[in-house]
Amino acid sequence: MSNDGANKDRRRFLLATTSVVGAVGAGLAAVPFIKSWQPSARAQAAGAPVEVDLTKLEPGQLLTVEWRGRAIGILRRTQEMLDGLPALADRLRDPDSEVVDQQPGYAKNQYRSINPDYLVLNINCTHLGCVPQVLPQPGSFNWEPDWPGGFFCPCHKSKFDLAGRVFKGVPAPTNLIVPPYSIIDNRTLIIGVDPQGAA
Amino acid sequence: MRKISLILLLIASVPVWASGGGELEHSGVNVTDIASLQRGAATFRDYCFGCHSANYVRYQRLADDLKLGEDYVKQYFMRGTTKIGDTMSIAMDPADAEVWFGKTPPDLSLAARSRSTDWLFAYMRSFYRDQNGEWNNSIFPDVSMPNVFWREQGILEPVYESAGGHGGNAGSHIARLEMVEAGTMEPEAFDAKIRDLVAFLEYMGEPAKLKRKAVGWKVILFLALFAFLAYLLKAEYWRDVH
Amino acid sequence: MAKPASAIAKNWDALCNWVDTRLPVSSFWRDHLSGYYAPKNFNFWYFFGSLALLVLVNQIVTGIFLTMHYKPSAEEAFASVEYIMRDVDWGWLIRYMHSTGASAFFIVIYLHMFRGLMYGSYRKPRELIWTFGMLIYLLLMAEAFMGYVLPWGQMSYWGAQVIISLFGAIPKIGEPLTEWIRGDYFIADATLNRFFALHVIALPLALLGLVVLHLAALHQVGSNNPDGIEIKQNKGADGVPVDGIPFHPYYTVKDIFGVAMFLLLFAFVIFYAPELGGLFLEHDNFVPANVLATPEHIKPVWYFTPFYAILRAVPDKLFGVILMGLAIAALFLLPWLDRSRVKSIRYKGWASKLLLAVFAVAFVRLGMLGMGEGTIAQTLESRFWTFVYFAYFVLLWFISKYEKTKPVPERVTH
Repeated sequence: MSNDGANKDRRRFLLATTSVVGAVGAGLAAVPFIKSWQPSARAQAAGAPVEVDLTKLEPGQLLTVEWRGRAIGILRRTQEMLDGLPALADRLRDPDSEVVDQQPGYAKNQYRSINPDYLVLNINCTHLGCVPQVLPQPGSFNWEPDWPGGFFCPCHKSKFDLAGRVFKGVPAPTNLIVPPYSIIDNRTLIIGVDPQGAA
Repeated sequence: MRKISLILLLIASVPVWASGGGELEHSGVNVTDIASLQRGAATFRDYCFGCHSANYVRYQRLADDLKLGEDYVKQYFMRGTTKIGDTMSIAMDPADAEVWFGKTPPDLSLAARSRSTDWLFAYMRSFYRDQNGEWNNSIFPDVSMPNVFWREQGILEPVYESAGGHGGNAGSHIARLEMVEAGTMEPEAFDAKIRDLVAFLEYMGEPAKLKRKAVGWKVILFLALFAFLAYLLKAEYWRDVH
Repeated sequence: MAKPASAIAKNWDALCNWVDTRLPVSSFWRDHLSGYYAPKNFNFWYFFGSLALLVLVNQIVTGIFLTMHYKPSAEEAFASVEYIMRDVDWGWLIRYMHSTGASAFFIVIYLHMFRGLMYGSYRKPRELIWTFGMLIYLLLMAEAFMGYVLPWGQMSYWGAQVIISLFGAIPKIGEPLTEWIRGDYFIADATLNRFFALHVIALPLALLGLVVLHLAALHQVGSNNPDGIEIKQNKGADGVPVDGIPFHPYYTVKDIFGVAMFLLLFAFVIFYAPELGGLFLEHDNFVPANVLATPEHIKPVWYFTPFYAILRAVPDKLFGVILMGLAIAALFLLPWLDRSRVKSIRYKGWASKLLLAVFAVAFVRLGMLGMGEGTIAQTLESRFWTFVYFAYFVLLWFISKYEKTKPVPERVTH
């Protein structure tokens, strides 16, 4: 046993290189294990875009479909419903949809939709995820005489208007989420796919 | 001692299995040849997919791995309301199938893994017409499946060879198959068609095979580098000891 | 600029001290790595202990990830394995690492055990190391068997059928016992479900415990070496064995090289031959379990075939099972059967060398015969090698005592 090898530098260099290469190898080996937690091909197939035929939807009617485990509400709004929206601005927390994550860019407008007639919303409440009731007619909510029509969450009493915008003074912090969707020929709604050309 | 070890080694290396005459011809399929897989997929669609499912294979995967594209797969492979994420199942009712064929045509997702590509290559080319004019197969006697390629391959009939030197059917076995009616394809072209089909079956048996082979040599190269460095490091430290 | 660096070093020392007064980290490191002296003459055969540990870690990590996708039910098991192979991102790699790891485990363990036989590593004072090692081997066989049932293919099913039936050979309690093991009147969902529980929780826990005991016993007495010399009997003035070197760094760097070489071979199999021609993954196991149809040719996976050949060599159910059990039990007795004055084969006589070589051939040959179809010729040959297998233990008892040995050197040789 002799520790007087003149090659302390070589030893240190080899130790460092082997350690680095070994650590890189361990890191790369971890990648497949981490990736195996991604949604599998089966989950992706199950979460594929959902098509809805819009021609069967009457004015004022709400249709609920499931997409990726979320309740997606499609409300065909009447002209009265649309007309009532602008007047609510001062009762709302985010009337102009300033919180960017709550809707895609193409739905950041007064009606929060591509085509104002069709409101497409993830109706799970932004407070704790319950599904709110829809009370579309003004005054249809007997707790509130000046109810303008909208969504009411039974869990913690959050309220949203007919564009999914949250009212002031309720627990829900933000507007209801608009999922990515597109409409083809004003007849077919595709939930989960952005319109062509939109990000 | 050396001599004894050598003798012992010889004993240990005597094969246990006397290799019988039933050796299968090497199929020569190449699962990494995408063009071959594409041709095989088309053959599968035209000749097999009517009766056989591939319940573990997704159309989406087919479109991606074989570079066919979603639109092509939608147009030429998928039927009815199937979605691109679905697996390649068939609509045939197993009960009906049993009436038509005597047996439900098996799912072919894993055929190449359970039977081997060589077996499939031989099997698909070993259909013959027996004395009663019925389809039979020299690799899989009394098989329920008809010869779906008879127009292309032509019709084969068996030539018997008697085992005990006597003629007749008892104790005789098929020596080879002889073509009695030519098909629309030359034998080489037909073999190539079957080779493509078997390649596709091999792909379906393990779609990850393409990725596996592509990733493997990189991993091995990396490990070789690591082993080389580890050896230098070991040698450096062990100069203390020696 | 020297000051901040020394300040960091000072803080680091303080932190180490803080931990050390609360947890014996430094002393553990010293006792088992930097201050654990191993003989300096370890050769190729001494890689397999650390490799077994590596494979164990591989099996645990990949196994945990497989359970995240696998479904232990007769209805879904087969499909869930194909789901892992196809739909889970990189699932095929994790599965192949696990299936190849199972075979690699036995390759490494068999070589590790053969090392023990060659150099007398089971001899006094290392009898307990050998005993714990044998228990690990026994549990490993149970672990591998139950793991093999999980994919629920034809070989899984019929392999389980055969192995569980072995218990039926026991007089009187045999039949009720097999029923109790299966939890049904045939191999069914209940059987698969309990094997899953044993495979992923119970046996791995027991295995880990035994590995700790195996290593604790080893570090109590120190490692043997190819010369079979006790290095602790020859210490220098500093109290350190003159033929010893600290495990760390010398054997850690050496084992890292061994690990790298092993991984090269391991990766080659995983990426280019995961079935290894039907040896590691059997063709018939790609057919879902079918209660009504037995595959033409059923045999266990290669690592069980030596014992399977012994079982088949005996034309009596009960006696076959007993003989198979004895074939494993006899290995437990080795520390007491070997009565030689020397440990290592290097200093034993030619008779011992021949005996060990013939035993190794018998084991390999039985393994090959166990894979065969069980023809009459194969059965007869199996009987011969079964006889040779057991003769080893009997002859060892006599030859080791009476044969002339060579003088053992004072110091280890290279």
